[in-house]
Amino acid sequence: MAGRQQVYSVCGMCSVRCPIMVEVEDGKAVRIEGNPKSPLKGSLCPRGAAGIALEMDTERPQRPLIRVGERGEGKWREATWDEALDYVAGKLKAITAEHGGRSVQWSDRGGPFVDLHQAFMRGLGSPNYCNHDSACARNVQHAAKSVMGIGRKEVVYDYRNCKHLVLQTRNILEAINVAEANAVLDGLEKGCKLSVVDIRATYTAGKADNFYMVRPGSDLAFNLAVIHVLINEGLYNKPYVEAHVQDLDALAAHVAACTPQWAEGETGVPAAAITALARQLAEAAPGVIWHPGWMVARYDDSFHVCRTAYIINALLGSIGAKGGLPIANKPGDVGRKGLKKLVDLYPAPEEKRADGVGWRHTQFDGGPGLINLAYDAMATGDPYPVKAYICYRHDPLMAMPDAEAMKRKWEGLDLLVSVTFSWSDTAWHSDVVLPLSTYLSRESIIASKGGLKPQFFVRKRAMQPTLDTRADWEILCGLASRLGMDKLAFQRIEDIWDYQLQGTGVTMADFDAKGFVELCDAPKYREDAELKFPTASGKLEIISPKWTKAGEPSLRPYAAPPAPPQGMFRIAFGRSALHTQGHTVNNPLLAEQMPTNVAWINTARAAELGIADGEMLEVLDARGVAAGSMRAFVTDFVHPEALFMVHGFGHRLPVESRARGKGVADQELMPGGLERYDRAGGGISMQEHFVAVRKAAARA
Amino acid sequence: MSTYCIVTDERRCISCKACEIHCKVKNAMPVGIKLGEHFTEGPLPSASGAPLFRTLYMPCFHCEEPECVDVCPTGAMTKREADGIVYVEADDCIGCGACLEACPWHIPQWNEDGDKAVKCDLCMDRIDTGLKPACVTGCTTHALILTGQDDPRYAEQRKRAPQRALAER
Repeated sequence: MAGRQQVYSVCGMCSVRCPIMVEVEDGKAVRIEGNPKSPLKGSLCPRGAAGIALEMDTERPQRPLIRVGERGEGKWREATWDEALDYVAGKLKAITAEHGGRSVQWSDRGGPFVDLHQAFMRGLGSPNYCNHDSACARNVQHAAKSVMGIGRKEVVYDYRNCKHLVLQTRNILEAINVAEANAVLDGLEKGCKLSVVDIRATYTAGKADNFYMVRPGSDLAFNLAVIHVLINEGLYNKPYVEAHVQDLDALAAHVAACTPQWAEGETGVPAAAITALARQLAEAAPGVIWHPGWMVARYDDSFHVCRTAYIINALLGSIGAKGGLPIANKPGDVGRKGLKKLVDLYPAPEEKRADGVGWRHTQFDGGPGLINLAYDAMATGDPYPVKAYICYRHDPLMAMPDAEAMKRKWEGLDLLVSVTFSWSDTAWHSDVVLPLSTYLSRESIIASKGGLKPQFFVRKRAMQPTLDTRADWEILCGLASRLGMDKLAFQRIEDIWDYQLQGTGVTMADFDAKGFVELCDAPKYREDAELKFPTASGKLEIISPKWTKAGEPSLRPYAAPPAPPQGMFRIAFGRSALHTQGHTVNNPLLAEQMPTNVAWINTARAAELGIADGEMLEVLDARGVAAGSMRAFVTDFVHPEALFMVHGFGHRLPVESRARGKGVADQELMPGGLERYDRAGGGISMQEHFVAVRKAAARA
Repeated sequence: MSTYCIVTDERRCISCKACEIHCKVKNAMPVGIKLGEHFTEGPLPSASGAPLFRTLYMPCFHCEEPECVDVCPTGAMTKREADGIVYVEADDCIGCGACLEACPWHIPQWNEDGDKAVKCDLCMDRIDTGLKPACVTGCTTHALILTGQDDPRYAEQRKRAPQRALAER
């Protein structure tokens, strides 16, 4: 590849997968911008801008590694790809011969390329495909299903046409999807009002017309009071509710006592402000989006917080409406055929899932399961032995609480494999590390994206790998070939793409112009009369029969979160635009920008504890065990009960020179946290933990 | 009047620092050197109760009468006649550092790699092919605007620009 080229591709620095254009000079990527032919028009977040530093970084697994010491000891032997794939395939053969295909577990971080992963698991005969989502958006996904009968991504957030946007558990300008951030700002320029409900002043809150700093864990009270006002003042959209909402009476009864005055006592937000918000929303309806959240693995009632968000949208008639949450179109909705699925190469396994999802826990989605519950099967053999675990681009030891408890549950595994483009705590603890090429030096299968204008998009290889790494399809098809899974043993990515495009009327050449192919010309909105929801009643459901059957109430009475014990704080965590969880902290360009995290502490609490801004603090879990040291950021703009930090720091691996020893890891402050999850929604309750601080110097 | 400047639209800026990184990648600057620097002040209290953040991305202002050019003993610091872009002719730079001190904001930085001064040239190679500077094109939220120095935001942002730290020599 001599000379200068431009390659349309897909970013891989986080899970959003923004469209990009990579400038390549003499076979080497030199600059990346947002795909200028996409709505990004060149814009790309700092992580995306720093992608080449990832490719050029040698502080990542450089070739396949097979463990020779104890798990986590960091003793490896280097292997060739043939040797490593033979080794993994040999282990998988032995394990499945003894325990069956079901004894293999998979986890990844979800997204548009998982068809290949699911096909691999089906080929093995295992039902145990999971993604990371119990530590992310499961509560909102299940809330969406419980109200609308469809998943959270089956509605679109129509920010550009919205008149009032409410962001709750969605820090949209720091946990960035570039297209979405631009759509929100475009909407604000057109006069959309923004209300932000949070425990601290984010950059998102900096754009707000209304900012409500709520007591941590009291969001449900806030939402119930808004519903109270909408119903009691008759502000809801009556024709819409009459046509599309089931069991309004039950909702009215449930919120009868949830007055704004009551909510003021729970949330700390003045009653008049809550009433005013409800009235503003009614004026803007149906052009309202009450965002139901994204990373909502936070509290024991987060499912109900998300659920009430959908209910408020329903009361305002915004579900399905332009400027609200219109229904996303799939290829079939615009008269096109979807991609042919790789997963259909093999029959669906008849086995029950090891995590109990779908049979023991009937309200939850079988698709991605709940990975934390699969670990119980590894530990106990109930419902059956799970002996092999493949973590693909997933670092559960950093993503979920209580790494030590997780490692104990994994002790009985005969094989733990990490497929990863960076070092991670999980890779370090694995038996085999299979280094994945970065998104700049690998292709991916074609992906399909629903929306007002559904599309196919594809990641192309912009340059050859600088280290001895391989693409996901090269690794999985290589294993498939060794395991006798011939149908999945593709030799060339072009063969996979051709398989996927069969019958779609799209060819690979169609991607050349823009890197993506739109399946219709104009955004398609549906008329009110076209709205039908795949719930039991065909309507939006206040009471979900599926949840009732599982023994979970659809309307949960509010239970106030306990206050932190004397001198302690509730742990809270979030995101920065500069890092994606833990896997960018060692990137040279991003480490330069943000090498560490700080502890946000309210000014009054800091004064009480004699802590000055910038002072070095140790942060201790509820047992009094210190997780590390970080500087205090003292501000009025964080709730007094909370101690907030950006997630992803506090790395300990010796192979990451820039990340090691910087900042504190919130997940280390959650002892026993792997067992604490929202029973109704399936999300882990990561902010149900208290922490203490002491001056770092006082320890000596 | 010099033709170009970059201004920050505070309504759109989200303090993500993508500007700095797009600049560094395009200009292949090592860790430690930023040709443009983004500043955020806040959270500050405001009348509405929402936090206020003041933001500014500060590449070179490409002054009408650049002090860095005046003090350069070799003429390496150059003001391009056609459009007023101020840039370093690297071959002529002897690394004396006079420009670093002379600039009221310390825009020129010291690059150990080559022992020369480096500074924002508005990505003039891009400008010359009809493109915008890398920071402007890449800005996450299209908050950076390539505009003329007669834009009233230019004077306002120049006035509130903080002085940058001098790179180590």
